[in-house]
Order: sequence, then structure tokens, then C-alpha cells
Amino acid sequence: MSTFLGMPATPPRSPYGTGNLRGERTFPQAAHDELRNEQLRRNLGRATHTIRAKRIAVTGELPDWEELRDAGAAIKTDTMNRLPELLERLERKVTERGGTVHWARDGVEANEIVTRLVRATGSSDVIKVKSMATQETGLNEHLESAGITPYETDLAELIVQLAHDRPSHILVPAIHRNRDEIRQIFLDHIPGVDPGLDNVPAHLAAAARAYLREKFMTTRVAVSGANFGIAETGTLSVVESEGNGRMCLTLPDTLITVMGIEKVLPRYQDLEVFLQLLPRSSTGERMNPYTSMWTGVTPGDGPQDFHLVLLDNGRTAALADRIGREALDCIRCSACLNVCPVYERAGGHAYGSTYPGPIGAVLTPQLAGMHAAKDDPNSSLPYASSLCGACFDACPVKIDIPSLLVELRHQNTEQAGTTAEKLAMKAAATVMRNPKLYTAVQKAASLSRAVGVGGRDRTISRLPAPLDGWSDSRDTAAPPTRSFRSWLASAEGAATMRAAAEEGARRTADDRTGGERTADNRTADDWTSGDRTADNRTGGERTDAERTDGDRTADDLTEGDHQEGQ
Amino acid sequence: MTATARDTVLGRIRDALALAPAPAPATTVPRAYRTGRTLPDAERLALLTDRLTDYKAQVHTCTRERTAEVIAGVLRERGAHRVGVPAQLDERWLDAYDGEVLTDSGDIPAPALGELDGVVTASAVSCAETGTIFLDGSPDQGRRALSLVPDLHVCVVDLSSVVVGVPEAVARLVPERPTTLISGPSATSDIELERVEGVHGPRTLAVVIRTDA
Ligand code: SF4
Repeated sequence: MSTFLGMPATPPRSPYGTGNLRGERTFPQAAHDELRNEQLRRNLGRATHTIRAKRIAVTGELPDWEELRDAGAAIKTDTMNRLPELLERLERKVTERGGTVHWARDGVEANEIVTRLVRATGSSDVIKVKSMATQETGLNEHLESAGITPYETDLAELIVQLAHDRPSHILVPAIHRNRDEIRQIFLDHIPGVDPGLDNVPAHLAAAARAYLREKFMTTRVAVSGANFGIAETGTLSVVESEGNGRMCLTLPDTLITVMGIEKVLPRYQDLEVFLQLLPRSSTGERMNPYTSMWTGVTPGDGPQDFHLVLLDNGRTAALADRIGREALDCIRCSACLNVCPVYERAGGHAYGSTYPGPIGAVLTPQLAGMHAAKDDPNSSLPYASSLCGACFDACPVKIDIPSLLVELRHQNTEQAGTTAEKLAMKAAATVMRNPKLYTAVQKAASLSRAVGVGGRDRTISRLPAPLDGWSDSRDTAAPPTRSFRSWLASAEGAATMRAAAEEGARRTADDRTGGERTADNRTADDWTSGDRTADNRTGGERTDAERTDGDRTADDLTEGDHQEGQ
Repeated sequence: MTATARDTVLGRIRDALALAPAPAPATTVPRAYRTGRTLPDAERLALLTDRLTDYKAQVHTCTRERTAEVIAGVLRERGAHRVGVPAQLDERWLDAYDGEVLTDSGDIPAPALGELDGVVTASAVSCAETGTIFLDGSPDQGRRALSLVPDLHVCVVDLSSVVVGVPEAVARLVPERPTTLISGPSATSDIELERVEGVHGPRTLAVVIRTDA
């Protein structure tokens, strides 16, 4: 227990064995299975590229995008610095307006609070708005074990729930399913669905509408998350598209909102920043179709019984760490997922956590730890990144994810030793098309940390093998004081990378003829064969002038030092 | 005495802040982004219309005098025989409508609202740049369920309430009011990323912009 006197104690992480912040297998092990899923890869590729192009278009529309990002980042830093005061204010305001505030030390406690509140209403059903916090705590499973049936009302969450599946993307959780599969899921699991239902998305959506309509009209309790909670006024906000959020926030008698403590914002005015940053970064829209904002209870309008559950579950542990603290700034827009070459190949399930992708690779170990047990799968997450920097460029609150990952790797090495680090890196590399080049880049990146210049301007004085050999033989040693990323984007970096790529391809071919194919090599082959695929080059995908592929070949690299949204 | 969860969590936060002190002292938030923008009427109208249309809302413009006529036209065109209105909607707005008008009383249960063919409301503020209409539960806009459950929402927007950007709109809001931001009809892209309009909210959003109000 913490007290105000004496030495500060390190806050605990999310308790081991609870919730959904740890997979059963390491990232590379899980990714191998996902790599075989062609459907997933195709869908994910299409989804991420489409959303990315839309995001670039609508963020490019705003001449003050960078100023908004600066404001967003500063508001979040300010929030973390003043968290106790802001949460107490939020609590006071919500209470003044007729709401009840609960505090949960961890996910188990949050689940118990929600269950108790639902029981008190006498209802055996709850309708749910898509909420990452309750996915993190495993609320649905907990409710079910208590005899309460939770109904997910977001279309994708409904698909995932009906199929007893897990979400694979923050924004489009059922992206791993195609229309035929969804049709079958509906036919199998929605009572009374028209057996003649076809696979047209509009018809599938209409079937979900009809099914959920009845739930909205009759269920007396709803559980939601929150995108923002305003300390100054006690206002909570949910940002959505389908209207299921409005239904859940408006029609029931009782509303229970579970919010991570990091989601608080100081002022109502801050919404002017985040209502621009979030929709444009998330779905690539100027504004999402619906946003609801409510303050406690309003007589005659909406639920008259309102509860806010403030959730820790490892957030204070993250706050006590420089890395975790920055990761808590995340507003869950999923832009970093959509630009990440590793995420695009591996898919969300491989991360084993509610939070996948680049931010998940940082946030998950921070919330739940990465050495909580022997061979903790979370210790593989910091290696699930090419460190290409695309996520940093895309992030609306400017979280320097690559630097945080390099720091986390460093922490992992301190705990587990360099052999573990090497193994982890090698294993993660097999996820990529060109594992050797990937490993080379990783080494260069961690070396750049070792040189000691943090942040964007990490410099390198020397390239590690195999890149050093190539640069020597070509008489093009990497200049000592450039940032790794600008070197990577230069003509010289490009030439070196091309050489390394050829080397990687040649060695892989050697491996193949040498008959030493291991399972890992086989996966690697899949990714090595051929150059950058033609379809990635055409179809306007490259309108997106971003650094996206850690393993792309030299041709791609010569496109210049792209920065988004200048 | 056992500590409450509240004390424990707040204590942990204070410990965390002590263990990892802020990299920089008190941050002042740079607000160099655009605020307080203005544009002439015609430009705000054009921008809002463009954005609403882009998000598949129907847009009608009229003068104050023709409000009732245009609203009646929209309702007729959509085959709406029975519409709901909030308690204090300007009753002259439905003068030209020959269908049944139900005034919301707050105790009408949600399923009954679902039997309406549509709803007509006013609005609080609109943001031209994003095509967003803000409802704040004022007596001419009604409780949130009223503009949510029926399948057609006819929303009247006075041009004088249309501002350029998000900061200008947020500045006009009253935080404590239940506020709904509407940008086009509901939509989902959850199935193979194919956009489907109209999931749970009103499947049709018709916006009547009054250029002299
Ligand atoms: S880390 Fe940044 S880009 Fe990624 S989800 Fe969070 S806010 Fe979005």
C-alpha cells in the first residue's frame, strides 16, 4: 500500500494471469500462424492502406496539423504531470452532476464493480459500446461467469463476439473476416435471422441493425468506455460511427462507463484539439459521424443512473517509467497500426494483447510487465517493430514509439541478458520478408541508441555487420553524425540497403539449396521471394508518402526523406 | 484500516510522479493552431454544404419565410406520415405539413419513437469545415432519444449559427448540456471496409439551412 509519507513505492503492474494483456505464445510464434492466413494478410493490407491514404488526405487538408499535434502532445504531458489533481476534479464534477465515481486498482476490481452495479439493477443483460478498457479487463467473460449476458453493439465487435473470436485491429476489429465468413457467423448465431441472407455488406449490416434494435429498446443497462473525460466540467465523451454508441448512452436507465485514468483531459477547451486530431488520424474522416458528450445525469434526457469507473490496472506502473509515461499519451487512434509493416504482416492477434501494433508493443509490457513469468511472451513485443519511424510520423500526439521500443529492448537486455535479446531479435526477424536485412537494421538501430543520442537525432558512427562489410567494400562508410533515419533515406543508405537486400536474398537462396530448410526459413522465403510486389507499387498506394516498410528495398528508400503532414 | 481503492490509486499516481519526475516543469500548452476564424456567409454556406454532401447528408437551403414549405417537401418526399417534434420547436415550421405531428413529452418510451417516420429539430451550432451539426438538448432540439430513434432526421440549421472550424464551435457549447455531434448519417466500414450508410442512427439526415436566420 502506498502512503504519502516516506519513500515512493513502484506501483504494481496489471496482475499476472488476469485480463487480456498477454498472449500465450511469443510474438514470432503467434505471427507464424497468422502469416499462413492469406485472407488476413490481404484484408489487413487493404484496410491499412486504404485508411492510411484517407488519413494522409484529411490531415494534409489542415495547414495547422503540426500545431494541433504539438498542442495535443503538450496537453497530454500536462495531464500526466497533474493526474491526481485532475482525477479528483473529474470525480467532484461528475458527483456534483448526479453521477457516482468508482476507483478500480486493477481489471479484476473493475469487473467486480461493474458486475455488482449490473446486479443491483436486476438486469441479466447489458449492451456494450466498443471499449478497449473492458476488453483489456476481460469484462465480458467475467459478466458471463456471473450469469449476465453482454451484447456487443459495434458491428465488428458483434461479429467478433458471435464467432467467439478476438479483435485484430483497434479500429476495425473484424478486419480478419471476409463477407462470406460474416454471413455464416450471422446465420449460425443470430436467432431468427433470414436464412436467405446473402453476403452483401449492406444486407449484413441491416441484419445486425434488426437484431440489435431489439436489444437497444429493451436492455436497461449499458457499459461503455470513454475517449475523453474532462476534469474541468465532468464531461465524458464517446466518439463513434454507427450510432450504437448513441443508443447505449441514451436509451438505458443505467450507464456504466469504464475509463482508464490516463484518458482525463484538463479543460473542455481541449476538445477543440482532440476532436480534430482523433477522427482525422483514426478513420481518416474530417469528423466521425457521431460524438456524444454528457455530464453526469441530465433530468429527462438519457440514463438517470450514471457510474464512472476509473481504472488503474498497471497505468500507474507505466506512469512511473519514462517509457510508459509517454505511451500513456496514446489516444487509441490506430494510425500507428496502419503504417506499421510488421503489423501489416503479422496482424493484431500475434501481439496477444488488447493493444496490438507499435503502441501495443510499448504499452502492453508497460501495463502488464515483460518478465512476469519465465519466457514471458510480452518480452518479445519490443522486437515486433522494424523501428522504421512511420508510427512516430503518424502519431497525432507525437509519441516517439521507435525510441521507446529501443529503450524497452535495453530494459529487456538488462533483465534477460544479450543472448535473450539476440534470440528475440532473430525470432522477430523471421516475420519479415527479408529477415537478414531486418536484423541488420535492428542492430543499427540499437547501436544508434548505444551511441547515446536519443530521440529523433540518434546518430551512428559505424554500421554493424552485415552492413559494415558492404559499406567498407563500397568505400561508403556511414557518416558519423547523421541520424540513422536520415542516413537510411539517403542515396548512400539506399545503396547499402540494396546491397544488404541482395545479400539477404542470396543467402536465403543458398539456404534453400543447402537443404537446411527450417520452419523459420520457410517463412522467411515467403517474404523474400520476389522484389517489392507490383501491386504495392501501383494503384496509387504510394500517394502515401510515408516511410512504411522497414524491409523495403533500396528503390523505395530513394524516394526521399518523407515526413508526413508538413 | 484498509485503504480504499481511491486512496490507493491516487497514492500510486503520486508515487509514480515522484519516481519519474516530469522531464520538463509545468508545461504551457502551445495553441498555435487556428482559432477564431471567420468567413463571409456565402463561403460558410458553401463549405458546410460541400462537407454535408460529402458525408451523404441531403442539403436544402431556404429563407426563413420558406422554412415550412421546404420541411413539408422533405417529409413528403420521404413518405413521412407521422413525425415527432421537440416540445418547443417553432410550430410554424410544420404549418405546411399535412401529416400527423407528435410533440415529444419525455415519457414516450423509445420503442414508440421508433414508430415515427421522422423527427424535425433545430440545432445549436454547426461547424462548416467538418460538416458537423451540434445538438445540445435545448427545448427546440429535444432529448437525445428523439433525434436518434426515428429513421429520418430533418435538422434545421440557421446560417448565423454556422462557424468555420472546430475551435469556434466548441467555444459556443455549454459543457453541461448533453451534446451530440452529427456528421452525416451513421455509417460502418466494418465489413471488408465497404462503407454502408445507416446502421443504428437515422438512415437519412436532411439538413435545411436557413440563409437569412
Ligand atoms: S500511439 Fe499515437 S498513432 Fe498509435 S494509436 Fe496511440 S495516438 Fe494513435
